[in-house]
This record gives sequence, C-alpha cells and structure tokens, in this order.
Amino acid sequence: MKVLKTGMLIVFIFSLPFLLTSQETEVKAFSDQVIQHGATGEDVIELQARLQYLGFYNGNIDGVFGWGTYWALRNFQYEFGLDIDGLAGEETKQKLISASEYNKQYVREQINKGKDFTHYGGMDMEKQTKEKNPSPNNQGQETEKNNAKEEDLEPTAVNVPQGFSQNDIKLMANAVYGEARGEPYQGQVAVAAVILNRVESPSFPNTISGVIFEPRAFTAVSDGQIWLTPNEKARRAVLDAINGWDPTGEAIYYFNPNTATSDWIWSRPQIKKIGKHIFCM
Amino acid sequence: MFRWLLITLLSLGIVGVSVWGYQEHQEKNAILIQAENSYQRSFHDLAYYMDLLHDKIGSTLAMNSREQLSPQLAEIWRLTSMAHGNVGQLPLTLLPFNKTEEFLSQMGDFSYQTAIRDLEKEPLSDKELQTFESLYEMSGDIESELRKVQNMVLNENLRWMDVQLALVNNDEQADNTIIDGFKTVEKTVEGYSEGKMNASLMGTSSKKDGFSILGDEKISKEEAKKKIRELLQVDKETEINVTTTGDGATVPLYSGSYQKNNQSGYIDITQNGGHPLTMMINREVTEAKIGLNKATQLAEQYLQDLDFEELALLESNQYDNVGVFHFIPQVDDVWIYPDVIQVKVALDNGDILGLVAKDYFENHRDREIHSPKITEEEARKEVNPNLKIHENHLAIIEDDLGEEVLAYVFLGTLGNDSYKIFINAESGDEERVEKLKQAEIRY
Repeated sequence: MKVLKTGMLIVFIFSLPFLLTSQETEVKAFSDQVIQHGATGEDVIELQARLQYLGFYNGNIDGVFGWGTYWALRNFQYEFGLDIDGLAGEETKQKLISASEYNKQYVREQINKGKDFTHYGGMDMEKQTKEKNPSPNNQGQETEKNNAKEEDLEPTAVNVPQGFSQNDIKLMANAVYGEARGEPYQGQVAVAAVILNRVESPSFPNTISGVIFEPRAFTAVSDGQIWLTPNEKARRAVLDAINGWDPTGEAIYYFNPNTATSDWIWSRPQIKKIGKHIFCM
Repeated sequence: MFRWLLITLLSLGIVGVSVWGYQEHQEKNAILIQAENSYQRSFHDLAYYMDLLHDKIGSTLAMNSREQLSPQLAEIWRLTSMAHGNVGQLPLTLLPFNKTEEFLSQMGDFSYQTAIRDLEKEPLSDKELQTFESLYEMSGDIESELRKVQNMVLNENLRWMDVQLALVNNDEQADNTIIDGFKTVEKTVEGYSEGKMNASLMGTSSKKDGFSILGDEKISKEEAKKKIRELLQVDKETEINVTTTGDGATVPLYSGSYQKNNQSGYIDITQNGGHPLTMMINREVTEAKIGLNKATQLAEQYLQDLDFEELALLESNQYDNVGVFHFIPQVDDVWIYPDVIQVKVALDNGDILGLVAKDYFENHRDREIHSPKITEEEARKEVNPNLKIHENHLAIIEDDLGEEVLAYVFLGTLGNDSYKIFINAESGDEERVEKLKQAEIRY
C-alpha cells in the first residue's frame, strides 16, 4: 500500500496543474461546514472517499469522522503543506477537491446496496466492490432507497460513547422505558444514571446487564415491561446519562413513595425527588 | 334426547378444561422449579466460593515464598469476583446485604493491587499483612455464617422462591430463615467495617476534597430561582419549580425544572455560590443545519459566558442531530483531566441543550503543578516503539488509586487502531493505555 500511496502522490502532484484548471467547471461538492472529528453525514462520506482516492485513508467509508479519518486528514494536510489542524475547512476542502475525484454515483450505489467497497484512485472502481452476504432484508432496503434517490446519504456507522455499544444503549433504553416511561425527561435520565452508578458501585454487579437483571432490582424486569419497545426519548435519556449527565447526585437507589413496600428503602439517606421517584444513596 | 346431548357436551367440556388446567399447572411448576434451581445454584456456588476464599487467604498468610504469592493473590481476586457475581444473581436487592458485597469488592481490589505488584522489589508491608489478617478473620466469619444458612436450607428444604415472596409482601412477621441468616451475615461484616480495616490500604481512601471552590456564601431560594431562570433562559411567564436536596446529597443543591409546550428543562445549582452543576433541556431536535465545528464554537462561547476559560476540546461527537463536547480546562498548557466539562448543542439551531460541570466544581482548585521530572523525549522512549505517535500534551490525570499525577499524554496509532498513552512525568511509568473507540456499524 505504501508504494501505491507514494506512487499515486507523485502522479497527483504532477497532474495537479491539469486538475486545477479542470476544477473550475466542477460542481461545488462539500457543503460549507467545517468538518470536524466526531461529525457524521454525507460530507464525511465524501471526505473519506476523497482521502481514500489519494491513498491517505484505508478504513471503511462509513460517514463517521473517527480517529482513522482524523489521522488521514492530518497526513493529507501535512503532505500538501496546509495547516495541520485535523479540520476540513475551506482551504483543505478546496485542495481535496482539486487533488482527488469523487465518484458520487458509485459511492452512493455501493452504500445503498450495502456492499463492501473501496474508493482508491487509479484503479477500476468496479473491481473495488464485493458483495456482502446478501440477506433478504437488504433487497427490500435497496428498492426502497432507490426510489428516494436524491435523499441525503445516511452514514453506515454511528458514534457510540467510549466503552459502550449500541446494544448496551438499547438494553438500557429498554430498562428505562419499562421503569420510567411516564416520567419527565430528567426522570428518565436519572433512572439511566442510577443504573450506571450501580455498575460503578462495589455493592452491585459490575456490568450493565448484571445490574439490570439482578433479581428484584427493577420491577420492570420482574413483570416483563422491560420488553416493551422503547421510544426515542428513552434512548436519548440513556445516551445523555452515558455521556455524563447525572441529575440524581450519584444515587444508587430510587423508589416510588406511593408503591414502595420496603421499610428499609425509606431508611436510606434521600437525595432528591425527580418526577414520582425519590432518589437515595 | 336433547338433555342427554347437553350432558355429554358439558362433561366433555369439563374434561377438556381439566386437562388443559392440569397442563398449565404442570408448566407453571416446571418454570418455578427452574427459577428455584437457578437461585439454588447461585447460593450454593456463593457458599462454595466463600469456603474456598477463606482457605486461600489462610494459605496465603502462611506462605513464605514470593514466587507463589502472586498467583495465590490472583486466585483470591478471581474467587472474589466469582462470589460477587453470584451475590448479584440472588434476589437480595431489597435486603441489606451491601456490606458483604463491599467486603468482596474490597478484598478483590486489595488482592489485585498486591498481585500485580512486583513483590520481589516491594514485599507486603506489616500494615498490609495486618489488613490481610483481618480480611482472613472476616471471611472466616462470613463463611461460617453462610454455612449455617446453607445447612438450614438443605435440611429443611427451604426455597428461595419463598424468600422472594416474603420480600415482595414484606410481612413484618414473616419468619423467613434464609432472610434472617443473611441478616446475621451482614451484621457480622458490619462489626468489622469500622476499626479493623485499614482504609488507606484498601484503595478507598482516595476521597476527593470535593467542592472546595464553592465558597461559604449560601444563596436563598429566591436568589436561586432568579439564577435558575437566567441559566435556563426562560421568560417570566413560565413557571419554575425549585426544590432542595435531602440529607443524602454530597453537596446541597437547588434543583429547578420547567415544562413549556414540548420543551422541558432541568438544572441543579449549588446552594453555596449558586454554581450550575447539571443542566439539560429536552425537546425534539430537527434536521441538523449547522456543522459540528460551528457548534463547538457556540459551546465554547457559552462556557466563556459562564466564566470557564482556557479550555481544550478533548472530544466531539455527533449523535443524530446533537453534538456532545468534552472540554478540559488548561493551566499553563497542562490539561486538567479531572475537571472535565461536557456541553450538548442542538445542531438544528445551535441552542445549548445541556451542561455538566459537576466534575469541574468537585475537583477544581488551585493546584500546584510541578514541572515534569523527565523530558518529553525520555517519556517517548517508554511508549511501545511500534506505536506511531502523532500528538502529545502534558496533563494531570487520576491514576488507578484516584491520586492526581502529572503525565505525558501521547496519541498514536498502531495498525488501524488509535491509542492514548499516559506516561507518568515523574517516574516514567506507563500509567494507562486507552484504545480509542471506533464508530460502530449501524445495525
């Protein structure tokens, strides 16, 4: 890959003048945002595809500006004599547009079909794609997406907070929705925060699933309400809690004063009441 | 004729219902037995691991050769985590059993810390041996109490499902032998928790000074209300509900909340000084119109207006249509990791949707930052040579024991993965290596 990369670089540096002149007619590609680490969306797909075309980026073109993209962009900025800040600003984007080609139709098609693909320059694009195991689901999506052709391209990956997976978030959203779907938003964040505080606490299991499925810990688990489908609000509440929002003041217990049957829970030092729940140590 | 037909039909119906009822009953019993069995298994496993744990601690105490000590300690560590896992599977949540769980967790921390240490260079100190002895005694008591309970369970065919029922109904007179047994175990541990245990050796002493910059000046509820209105940026018409925290709070707070149309807001401010610790606003966020970079600037501006200055952006992430940013305060180009501040920005119109400054107010103080004892070049040599370093900075971080140390932070790549490496700026030890997360494929 190294040889390929330098080889391509030389080709590009020599062909730069031609590319620059032809660039005048090219349509403006990126939107005018400064693309930054952590961003997701169509601009990132284009950024990754262009960086890959030049051989800087070897990861998946997934539409999420992660570390791989960050280092690739910095390398590009270094090689092309730009300020090395890891941000795709106006100047960087112009340089990228003039130095690389972006086969939008091709990338769009590959992503919509859910294929594994790369976008290296100087190679036949058709040879850079391979069919993933086709599943009946994908077929359905394909026709659906073809109809809405000019819609924005969706990234094929998502940001997840460090140390958590989408499934962890899903499981917690289930628990939060089952436990507190009638509560205000802060009440739902609070329940999610209690789960996370318990994971940290020495008196509770050390995993999210361990805490949630601890017998008698959550009523929603005992009576099966955890298997209701959570809504978007519960998911957002969980994400906030994982990102550090904790309205409970580090509580590890909560109870509903109208239905609590245990005397012991009343004896815990109380912190505050949010919605219908009292949160305590 | 008609009557006979009716009688036949009805009796057939009765037979059918009884068969169905009997099958249901059988199924229910099968499930109950299965649940009971899994409780029983966890319980007997717990008792077994406690037995084993006690023996292992005993033999470790009697051990002389250091080569054997580390594996033994690692074994103790493994046993405590197994036992802890079993406790978590028993329906004890509403039963005060924390002390025993804490014992297991402390025992685990202690054995882990001693197991990974080079005991050749730094053998167990007298204090540590004392701690070990009291842990031995403690585990012995827990073991014998648990054995008593186990014996009763086996002799009298006690069922865990009954424990569960007793705990649900919370009958005062419920004379449940298992519950009583566990209460005795808990009492036994409680006796030890003060006095005998040497807190500093158990890794629990790293209490932060906590909220030292808040000041002594208390604000009144009225002032708090005004401040909250200001911070949440709500107009006069909207009702704000302000409450105070109870005894359990680590720091006394005023909590304010409002509900207006489809938007709700919540904030915690300290009673001393009126500083915002947590703020969040919930509303539908429509399609993203501004970029993450613009949002970062908005977040920075917002923090500046709140008098947080000299911040470095540690991390920025876009989740659907919101951006979440982690900022780290800097002092003379040293990044103060414990003082991290989080801000959430809506990407549709750039509104600030959330703030977490709890860590900042809890940990921030005028630190005396010493200049590093080793140079950056020396620290670089401590990093795995296969790792390609791209960026570095100096930082104050918390080590495994929760103590603050000065460290060089290196960001680099190894293969396709990115890593963050913390090298202690005094000793050159590798404090921590973090693998930086990758985006996850959307399922």
